[in-house]
Amino acid sequence: MLYYLIRRFTSLLLTLALSTIVIFMVMEIVPGDPALIILGIGATDETLAALREQMGLNLPLMTRYLQWVSGVLVGDLGTSYTYSVPVSELIAERSIVSIPLAIIALTLSTIIAIPTGILAASKRGQIADTGIMGLTQLGIAIPNFWFAMLMVYVFAVMLRWVPAGGFPGWDQGIFNALKSLVLPAVALALPQAAILSRVTRSALLEALGEDYIRTARAKGLTRSMVLWRHALRDALIPVLTIMGLQFAFLLAGTIIIENVFYLPGLGRLIFQAITQRDLIVVESSVVLLVASVILINFMVDIAYALVDPRLQSERS
Amino acid sequence: MSELGIDRSHQIPDERETWRHFVRKAMRNRSFVIGAIITSVILFTALISFIWTPFDVTKLEIVNRLKKPDWVYWFGTDHFGRDMFSMIMVGSRNSIAVAFVAVAIGLAIGVPLGTLAAARKGIIEEILMRFNDLVFAFPALLSAVMITAIFGPGAVNAIIAIGIFNIPVFARLSRSAAMTIWPREYVMAARVAGKSSTRITIEHILPNIANLLIVQATIQFSLGILAEAGLSYVGLGTQPPMPSWGRMLFEAQTMIGFAPHMALFPGIAIIFTVLGLNLLGDGLRDLLDPKLRRER
Repeated sequence: MLYYLIRRFTSLLLTLALSTIVIFMVMEIVPGDPALIILGIGATDETLAALREQMGLNLPLMTRYLQWVSGVLVGDLGTSYTYSVPVSELIAERSIVSIPLAIIALTLSTIIAIPTGILAASKRGQIADTGIMGLTQLGIAIPNFWFAMLMVYVFAVMLRWVPAGGFPGWDQGIFNALKSLVLPAVALALPQAAILSRVTRSALLEALGEDYIRTARAKGLTRSMVLWRHALRDALIPVLTIMGLQFAFLLAGTIIIENVFYLPGLGRLIFQAITQRDLIVVESSVVLLVASVILINFMVDIAYALVDPRLQSERS
Repeated sequence: MSELGIDRSHQIPDERETWRHFVRKAMRNRSFVIGAIITSVILFTALISFIWTPFDVTKLEIVNRLKKPDWVYWFGTDHFGRDMFSMIMVGSRNSIAVAFVAVAIGLAIGVPLGTLAAARKGIIEEILMRFNDLVFAFPALLSAVMITAIFGPGAVNAIIAIGIFNIPVFARLSRSAAMTIWPREYVMAARVAGKSSTRITIEHILPNIANLLIVQATIQFSLGILAEAGLSYVGLGTQPPMPSWGRMLFEAQTMIGFAPHMALFPGIAIIFTVLGLNLLGDGLRDLLDPKLRRER
């Protein structure tokens, strides 16, 4: 167990280190000189050179990488070229939109997926199963931004229940703020719920096929007692993995969904920063996203090892 | 019929008989039949669009702008008066081409890496698995947005961005599948006979994992269609004037209030294609490998 933890932890650190190098290198090869972008094309060579010096752009690659990483570690993410505010402030300001959005979406998807998955597995081959599986096929095929547009048309344009886009801010009342997050959250949750429901169903069916289930049935437990007491616990492992992975999808999904609804969140921040060549913002927010994905997957792995003793010894 | 992973010598020798048996089985598989029909319709539409579309998609007729669907313009017209049906036909070419090449990149690089890792083990395997972890840590969409934004928007960069994410998928799959084939007796026999590991991989491993790769390829193909639509929607994929489904949805967004048909049809085209490919993949999985009858 300890060996497994150490192994996983080393590979976590390695992946984190590698990903910062990759992000840094990608930003290095981006065409466009940040100094030139800030000053505009009318700038003289001397002012450009001075600004480059001030921004530390003339330092060797390795030094700049180390400076950046050590900054990230202590929470100093640099200053945005375009907004002229600390990047950490910018990210914090945008996170209070994106993180609640991701949490609402994940909650919604779980609330929909787990019961439908269980229902489909327990009624295998019957009409409820076929119906749910048909719906999930559809859910996977629907692009979430298209579904978002349709919902805007129905609930914002036709019925006028919710705003079509924008975010009033949490200080305008929690209800108003939540109202503008409902449609984006539903759009994000839909495809995730479809995938999760299928995973729940197949994990349950697999668990129900195990020998110990037959033993429990032979012992005299009813089908539903076996399902709730034994199989469900077993099936939770793959469901948890997928939920961990889905968090990553949700965070990335905000890039598109926040664009549909003009929400001032992290995804939109990254998107705008990329188009404005505000590299320091891109670098730091991408590193935070990637690090959170790596950490969540690590925690899921550890959670397994605690639940399932079989996984403690072997794993590739 | 190596599809079933069964030793050839036990099979009925008549090839035509086994083929007929396979077709009979395929016709009874509902997912496969529906998926195959939808996929053929889409492919056929894409091919037809090279020689005929109801209207010219490059001609702008402002007088006919924002027409609702009728007998002349089946899916209506857009804000430039272009026929939506013709644009969807031409757009299908684009979606298929992007997704297809992206899958090809994943297969061409991922499969050699994965089978190599299974054959050699040791350090190569370790490096490959760390590389896999790394790529999986980057949410695909995020990196696709970064890649296309950095190297410039366009169909080619969209293909590369989506293709990169297919590499670890195929590498991981072919590694784990190849690892189940290596301990088999006929591989042992081949090793004893003195075949090199490369030759064993080509002659024995690849034919036996091909089914799995085909099934995964259909799934990645459908994911590629969705990814391309997403990228084009945020303006980083295919560029105008070439029609693309994602781009059409972007243009429809501002007019959703008075021309909802502009958003409706490209979306249905995407759903139809992805649904068809997924059903085809499910059907193929059931047909090719009954042991893997597990849904994702």
